[in-house]
Amino acid sequence: MHQVEHDVAVTSAWSGGTRPFAMGSKKLGMWLFIISDALTFSVLLLTYSYLRLANKDWPRPFPFSPSIVFSTGMTVVLLASSLTMVMAVAAAARGDRGTTVKWILATMVGGAAFIGLHLTEWMHLIAEGVRPFGNPWGSPVFGAVFFGVTGLHMTHVAIGVIYLGIVATGFGRSKFSAEDVEVSGLYWHFVDLVWMFVFPLVYLMSVQYK
Amino acid sequence: MTAHDNAETAGHAPGKASLMVMIWIGLVVITGIEVLLAYNNVAPAIMLTVLVGLSIIKAGLIMAYFMHLKYERFVLVLWLVPAFMFCVMMICIFFFPDSLRLKDSAFH
Repeated sequence: MHQVEHDVAVTSAWSGGTRPFAMGSKKLGMWLFIISDALTFSVLLLTYSYLRLANKDWPRPFPFSPSIVFSTGMTVVLLASSLTMVMAVAAAARGDRGTTVKWILATMVGGAAFIGLHLTEWMHLIAEGVRPFGNPWGSPVFGAVFFGVTGLHMTHVAIGVIYLGIVATGFGRSKFSAEDVEVSGLYWHFVDLVWMFVFPLVYLMSVQYK
Repeated sequence: MTAHDNAETAGHAPGKASLMVMIWIGLVVITGIEVLLAYNNVAPAIMLTVLVGLSIIKAGLIMAYFMHLKYERFVLVLWLVPAFMFCVMMICIFFFPDSLRLKDSAFH
């Protein structure tokens, strides 16, 4: 009986000496970071939803143009940058360093375009009178959660652009491996994924009908 | 690390480029549906349910195909997703009854 249990323990993926998830520590670490960061964004978005439900005078400050046009454009740009990142990871897996660097640069351009569009949208709202603790239309807390949620996301995009720049440089010089490119891709797709929740909850739930 | 481990961790074969482009088109189409829906004056609860539902579908597509979760060992999904969902559901259980109570309170 003891012998059978011993054999099972030795051959188990969890008995040590093997990788139970069949992936390197960097990739596993990134997945763990993603889950913890996803909880951070979840709490922020749930806080936004809590306040929106609890305040009857929640403003609807997003007109079709420029707010919804810009935010929809930002969504498409971010999705396109995810596609270029997929191509970069595939090129890295093939060992094609030149093509990988080009796709990563295309991804960085997408990220920079997203930030540019988002800052333009922010400036439009600031010109309309939105501040972190007040706005001309309703609940003063709107600005705090709007700038908090979108600002944290924009920070993630900016960090992602820098991160991808470092990975592209390192991979181009053969200092980083294909796994490093794949790990940076996981981060970039996660940033894209978060926006898929920010866009409908913050923008589309508060469109101006006029 | 053994040669077997190297082979295991060297990166999983991602889907074909054409499949990835199809997924991207699908994501853009769902985004278009969301924008169209936002301009239909339906009850907020219904709109919220549909928008969050579509967002979960988009998130699932991104995780499965772009983040290669479909090609990883299933035990990774079992490890990460239920733990995340449990935390989010616990937050929802405690947040929203209080939010609705505030909405109906005498302060407004």
